[in-house]
Amino acid sequence: MSTAPDLKKTPLNAVHRQMGGRMVDFGGWDMPVQYPAGTVEEHLRTRTHAGLFDVSHMGEIDVRGPEAISFINRLVSNDVTKLVDGQAQYSALTTPEGTVVDDLLVYRFGPEHLLLVVNAGTTEKDWDWIKSHHVHEMVELKNVSKDYCQIALQGPDAISILQKLTTTPLEEIKYYHFREGEVDGVASIISRTGYTGEDGFEVYAASEKAEQLWNKILEAGNHTAPDGVLPCGLAARNTLRLEAGMALYGHEINETTTLLEANLGWICKLNKGEFTGREVLAQQKEEGIRRRLVGFEMTERGIARDEQEVLINGESKGYVTSGSPAPFLKKNIGMAYVPVEFSGEGQEIQIDVRGRLVGAKIVKTPFYKREKKQ
Amino acid sequence: MANVPEDLHYSKDHEWIKVEGDVGTIGITDYAQNSLGDVVYVELPKVGDKFEAHESFGSVESVKAVSEIFTPVGGEIIEVNESLQDEAEKVNTDPYGDAWMIRIRMSHPGEVDSLLNAAEYEDFTKAEEE
Repeated sequence: MSTAPDLKKTPLNAVHRQMGGRMVDFGGWDMPVQYPAGTVEEHLRTRTHAGLFDVSHMGEIDVRGPEAISFINRLVSNDVTKLVDGQAQYSALTTPEGTVVDDLLVYRFGPEHLLLVVNAGTTEKDWDWIKSHHVHEMVELKNVSKDYCQIALQGPDAISILQKLTTTPLEEIKYYHFREGEVDGVASIISRTGYTGEDGFEVYAASEKAEQLWNKILEAGNHTAPDGVLPCGLAARNTLRLEAGMALYGHEINETTTLLEANLGWICKLNKGEFTGREVLAQQKEEGIRRRLVGFEMTERGIARDEQEVLINGESKGYVTSGSPAPFLKKNIGMAYVPVEFSGEGQEIQIDVRGRLVGAKIVKTPFYKREKKQ
Repeated sequence: MANVPEDLHYSKDHEWIKVEGDVGTIGITDYAQNSLGDVVYVELPKVGDKFEAHESFGSVESVKAVSEIFTPVGGEIIEVNESLQDEAEKVNTDPYGDAWMIRIRMSHPGEVDSLLNAAEYEDFTKAEEE
């Protein structure tokens, strides 16, 4: 298969091709949508053992200086001042209307040093947005997206596999925390985060080390064995995050949806002080939202897909943000915006699946929650 | 490399047809199932439904995508493969056998002549990949 010459490539592009990845144009990036094992197997292996994902297309923005924290804290909805060194936080860059420029992770390396990890397709937009708000603060901003590779190892076996390659005691890294260490001798940021609903790690390292890390992790995870780690494509990444009820930028959240509508009130710290969009969000919280993001499962035969219409009592009332078969749950599920008065669990809805009305009902999210071992 | 049996005719929409008298058995090709990925759902017409050549008669859904399926020839549906309702994954494992989709009584058997033979279809899929 050929590539358009203008597609961006991660440092693992050649490896994906060698391993039989089916490459697609994903928001301007040449990325594997699946490997020969197929989406279902990749999804299930991640739930039961481990999956390995190239997410090097994600953007990284380095923020340093005495006012790094206060500057970013005025641009995002969550409270950056609550972070301690070695901690990560899910947050959102907000518009003045309380809608979403992007969702992101904020890593705190020190009192004067943050790293923002943003979506691939929005990296340039985020960079411009952040720079346009940078007036006189004592802050140094750097778009370091090209310098980093990012590899996500997810699943119940992730910790034991990665531990073979590092002396950093991984058990000690709590969820949404990170350490700087070495993986197979390569200087890395080892972060206990992910986008699958499983335990796991996201490893950031210099781009030129990507192949080494990828191959070593596959080897350590015994990837040719039926219970070994499997390389996974973007399709499995999407079905895994959907089962886990996580928002995907451009689908559940965008510049027309507010954080409160998207059930992201938990990352809106309205009392932390001024930030972009705070007033609108505070007002919306006071007055109540009109529509809400919900999860649904199909009760009749059919698969909902993104952007299809939602009908309630025969009237068009909303739309599907993400819809797909859920390989682990073995159901057809999705998320949708519906009016608040119809957003209760058990509410019956219909999805217009290419002209055919198919029954569904609103259910609790996340659809899938892993059992925590304790 | 996708499997392309010699004894079938092919459409540029990646369906195959096996002709026996005026009855055609139709399914999707190995190349098509491979590009779709894991098939999870197949929607088929009812016996008695009539279609013109190149009309959509149903759809195949994988985890990731929906793809319409088109009949290479016109006619009346005389049988549909009901087993695909519960075992859609057969489309991936046996696209030319167990996963046949419909049998159609052809109104114009001559339409088959305009389809591709195995060698032509193989060239066609190679060209699509370049």
